[in-house]
Amino acid sequence: MAYSDKVIDHVENPRNVGTLDKNDPNVATGMVGAPACGDVMKLQIKVSDEGVIEDAKFKTYGCGSAIASSSLVTEWVKGKTLDQAAEIKNTDITAELELPPVKIHCSILAEDAIQAAIADYKNKQAK
Amino acid sequence: MRYFELFNLPVSYDVDLTLLNQRYLELQRAVHPDKFAGKSEREKLVAVQKTSEINDALAVLKHPAKRAEYMLSEQGVDIRAEQQTLQDPVFLMQQMELREALEDIQHSSDPEDEIDAFEAQIKQLDTQYSAQLAEQLVSQDTAVLEVAADNIRKLKFIYKLREELSRIEDSLFD
Repeated sequence: MAYSDKVIDHVENPRNVGTLDKNDPNVATGMVGAPACGDVMKLQIKVSDEGVIEDAKFKTYGCGSAIASSSLVTEWVKGKTLDQAAEIKNTDITAELELPPVKIHCSILAEDAIQAAIADYKNKQAK
Repeated sequence: MRYFELFNLPVSYDVDLTLLNQRYLELQRAVHPDKFAGKSEREKLVAVQKTSEINDALAVLKHPAKRAEYMLSEQGVDIRAEQQTLQDPVFLMQQMELREALEDIQHSSDPEDEIDAFEAQIKQLDTQYSAQLAEQLVSQDTAVLEVAADNIRKLKFIYKLREELSRIEDSLFD
């Protein structure tokens, strides 16, 4: 299966790979996995007191499409408010990366990772 | 369940793989194209269909995750094409750590010992999530079947680790 140029670019030059300090109260983590392929994705966001995502990092074990999807969303969420980030849909990701139907689950993984990170942030703040 | 009937095996997650293979070979011989050389087109077609059904059934029954998913779907819970993600932070964190450990093995000075240790870890996890499956998969209780579904989802991550490990072994020792 051929990857699109955009996927290849993200795989060769992934943006924002790494981890943020999980003990920082402003850092939240979203962990998701895709049983269909065994891919695991971790997305971390650092949220300012004003509710804006200042930084994002990811670590993904999976195929090129999963890596590209997570790399892309770290770029997309930066500078967005939590509400804006929550609006990112997997269809936006598939469209941007030109993912074929068999790789749609990779974009779902990335969307769910954003949602999980936001939920973790709200959970952390509530404490 | 049709696939088990086909091989005349009891419906159970604990399949006797030797017997499965033996039955497969017997069935394959019975529908081999050579036997149908002088037969009608219709009989040939039936034999071809039978061959493909036997092959499909074998592929499902010999693979533990596929076998479990098949049994679960026959029980009315079909997770074979689901796209939903797993969101169990503790399990996923462990998976992340195991993936990291796998990466380290590739750059280890003494990978053989580490591979053995990793294999033992996978085996332990495999047992943890599959120990109850045989029982759960024949349950009539939807709640139990849901637990089985969750165990199967987790097993798929564990089998993925096993695949990755053997890929690493191949690259290191070839």
